[in-house]
Amino acid sequence: MATSERLVITATINGDERTFLADSRDSLLEALRERLDLKGVKEGCNNGNCGACAVILDGRLVNSCCVMAAEIEGSRVETVEGLAGPEALHPLQQCFLEGAALQCGICTPGFLMSSKALLAENPAPTDEEVRFWLAGNLCRCTGYDKIIEAVQAAAEQMRAQK
Amino acid sequence: MVATPQKPAYKVIGTRPVRPDGVDKVTGRAAYGADVVLEGMLFGSVLRSPHAHARIKRIDTSKALALPGVKAIITNADFPAQESGTLDLGEGSANPKWLVDNVLAGDKVLYHGHAVAAVAAVDWHTAEEALGLIDVEYELLPFVINVREAMLDAAPILHHDLRTNVRARNVDTPKDRETNVAMHMRVEKGDLAAGFAEADIVIEREFTTSQFHQGYIEPQNGTAHWNHDGQITVWTSTQGAFSVRDQVATLLNQPVARIKVVPMEIGGGFGGKIPVYLEPVAALLSKKTGHPLKMWMSREAVFQATGPTSATWNRVKIGAKRDGTLVAADVSLCFAAGAYPGSAVGAGVLCALAPYAIPNQRIDGFDVVTNTPKTAAYRAPGAPAAEYAVEATVDEIARALDMDPLDLRLKNAPEEGDTNSSGAPWPRIGAKAVITAIKESAHYNSEIQGDNVGRGIALGFWFNGGMESSSSVAVNPDGSVSLILGSTDIGGTRASLAMQLAEALGVPYEAIKPQVVDTDSIGYTAVTGGSRTTFAGGWVAYDLGQEIRKRLTERAARIWGVDISTVTYHDDAMITGTDKDGKEQRFTFEEICRRLPSTGGHIAVSAMSRRNTAGPAYAGHIADVKVDRETGKVTVLRYTAVQDVGTAIHPSYVEGQIQGGAAQGIGMALQEEYWYDDQGHLRNGSFLDYRMPVANDLQPIEVILVEVPNPGHPFGVRGVGEVPIVPPQAAIRNALRDAIGVNFYHTPVTPTRILDELLPRA
Ligand code: FES
Ligand code: FES
Repeated sequence: MATSERLVITATINGDERTFLADSRDSLLEALRERLDLKGVKEGCNNGNCGACAVILDGRLVNSCCVMAAEIEGSRVETVEGLAGPEALHPLQQCFLEGAALQCGICTPGFLMSSKALLAENPAPTDEEVRFWLAGNLCRCTGYDKIIEAVQAAAEQMRAQK
Repeated sequence: MVATPQKPAYKVIGTRPVRPDGVDKVTGRAAYGADVVLEGMLFGSVLRSPHAHARIKRIDTSKALALPGVKAIITNADFPAQESGTLDLGEGSANPKWLVDNVLAGDKVLYHGHAVAAVAAVDWHTAEEALGLIDVEYELLPFVINVREAMLDAAPILHHDLRTNVRARNVDTPKDRETNVAMHMRVEKGDLAAGFAEADIVIEREFTTSQFHQGYIEPQNGTAHWNHDGQITVWTSTQGAFSVRDQVATLLNQPVARIKVVPMEIGGGFGGKIPVYLEPVAALLSKKTGHPLKMWMSREAVFQATGPTSATWNRVKIGAKRDGTLVAADVSLCFAAGAYPGSAVGAGVLCALAPYAIPNQRIDGFDVVTNTPKTAAYRAPGAPAAEYAVEATVDEIARALDMDPLDLRLKNAPEEGDTNSSGAPWPRIGAKAVITAIKESAHYNSEIQGDNVGRGIALGFWFNGGMESSSSVAVNPDGSVSLILGSTDIGGTRASLAMQLAEALGVPYEAIKPQVVDTDSIGYTAVTGGSRTTFAGGWVAYDLGQEIRKRLTERAARIWGVDISTVTYHDDAMITGTDKDGKEQRFTFEEICRRLPSTGGHIAVSAMSRRNTAGPAYAGHIADVKVDRETGKVTVLRYTAVQDVGTAIHPSYVEGQIQGGAAQGIGMALQEEYWYDDQGHLRNGSFLDYRMPVANDLQPIEVILVEVPNPGHPFGVRGVGEVPIVPPQAAIRNALRDAIGVNFYHTPVTPTRILDELLPRA
């Protein structure tokens, strides 16, 4: 039988240091959703196969359902809630909106975080590179084309801003 | 886009504005079903059957109940008993007796993953832990997975009280003995024997398709609070809040007045989020514990116990004259309904031959129960398997006659006034317009080159639905208009309905503020499904727009002291007239709205519409594929989807529906399927093993919109969501024949099935 322990965890979440109580069985996905009320992080499969729960952990893209909450002590976590600035949306958010890159929208937070990680690593990807990078994110509604186009439009805007 | 001459110069329709719910969905604020948080909320989880077919002899919950944090456990026995009957779900119907047994198994479990008991606990981990402490004693029974085997006389019987409902004349299907065949229907016209006698060639083929899942990314969920005053509130991700209300009311034996359903944002449905699974269970657990309670499914449970399509076994026999005229068709469709009757075979029967005007035809449909999850609607339910079989056979006829497959289809395409399979005349349809657009497309006119490369085409048809929608509007003094909707927004509904109201009023899109509300706050609205929402909701928006125009005109007349007949509301929302002193007057929309409070009050209007003038949809897809002979992998090199969309309200969302539907169809054609082992266990209940297309499986899906406006809609809307899933299986299968010379008779055509054909057998 699984045994549980209470853990006190301190980590930087979207720029703010947060301390919270978690169950030792909590995944990072559960901790973000249930303990920190960051419900923008979505659960699609809870076993690493859909990317709906994608967050950026210490600069690396991870599926938060496959990370234990206990592992993030002292780490930096970025979620979709931290993407927009106070005045304006992130270019990726704006381009997803304008390009109709979402239908139901459940996959969108994961795609946004994956795309952010992609563009941090490769600011000028080819379409093929975008498709390969995003292969860990499932979208059942769009057939992906408008997502690829939105990522490319955002990449262009972000390059122009630099 | 292929423009049609009849299309008026719209101002809002045809533009691509940002959707009203968009910002919330890109910032993570949008609240989906699993995001509900309520004071004192408990968590629920479901124990599922490890067997495909077994009698439940005993359920012992004592150990689980003793676990600290566990609050209650329920089984089927906690539900009120149900009589046999029919409960309308909006897209299909259900027998309450079977529905309750599917929600929590009655005396038998009928499939691997069938819900057996449900636990309420203080947190999710505790609820999950408690499941392992419930002791169920089963008596294993023989099971049957395959639809063909389930139809045999010696097959294990799922329901001993089931008899075949025969909806066909002059057939020898027995009606009075134990069977798994729940229904046999037949649709026929003309003289079949005479038709085949006229034919120069007759081709008869047999096809099977695997079971597919809708694959929405958001698992099913349900939160409920059974308050101490007897009021029940349900929060859920659903395609139809009213459908959930009616199902929950029936299963709990409560009046609908006691139940309010709050539709949360929905993370995909495709037909699968119409039946209830968790909602009534959550309500009962809430009643037992006195707390609100939230449940959601694991992905494995979603695959095991919700949704899928029928696995099918179909036969098609078509006769043609040498010049390519199709003269007779005999089709038989056998659909596995899953554990309880009610597959989509009826729609399959009516769609199978719809792309053709064939004078002599007969289509039989069989609904068959099997030890697999109860099937649910999936995008054009029934049509993909039925039309795949016909489109593959028609392709073989074209080859046999050495005719261009498109020319053969054009020659036999139906048009307005021709009759459909049930003998009713077609209204204005775009079948020929679609085929012509394919013929003129850059893709169809391009060369394909290389070894193991081929091209295929296929047509698709879907009825599109009408059904009932309600809305209300309030005109505000600042010139904005609140639009209250009963349709859940699964991918742009708020935008497409707001655009139609804006067009009807002549105001900018930004003036309309749409909102989706609960079942206590708006009139009855059927499910978001059947490609009906933009059509029916658009009718309501139009009617409301007309009523507001009338009332604003009246108001202007009153202000000017003249008769209403002398005042005009123009299409740009300008109101003009001459006042009682003979002076010319005008109001802009904002100006008259500003005057409303002081000239008699605000304007608020509600409307309901139920029109049966939905326009049928035709589509045609072109697929280029390449086969790797070493690995059996198929690459889709180029893909184009052509579709008659009536009028594209928001072209980006129309394209998105088509691309998404085509991608799902490509998944069916090449890679998705349910796998059962010899114990009847589903072996691939995960996104890793049930392989839906990912971004790099696909190339861009080119879209060509043909607009043949539906004369039965004020803006020509037909409905676009479903038909794009119909053609891909046959288009790719026909392309594979072109590429490697092999005709496949099963989908999906996986690499293994390709290698089975290409490699010399040992
Ligand atoms: S929920 Fe984490 S990958 Fe699907
Ligand atoms: S928009 Fe629905 S899953 Fe991507």
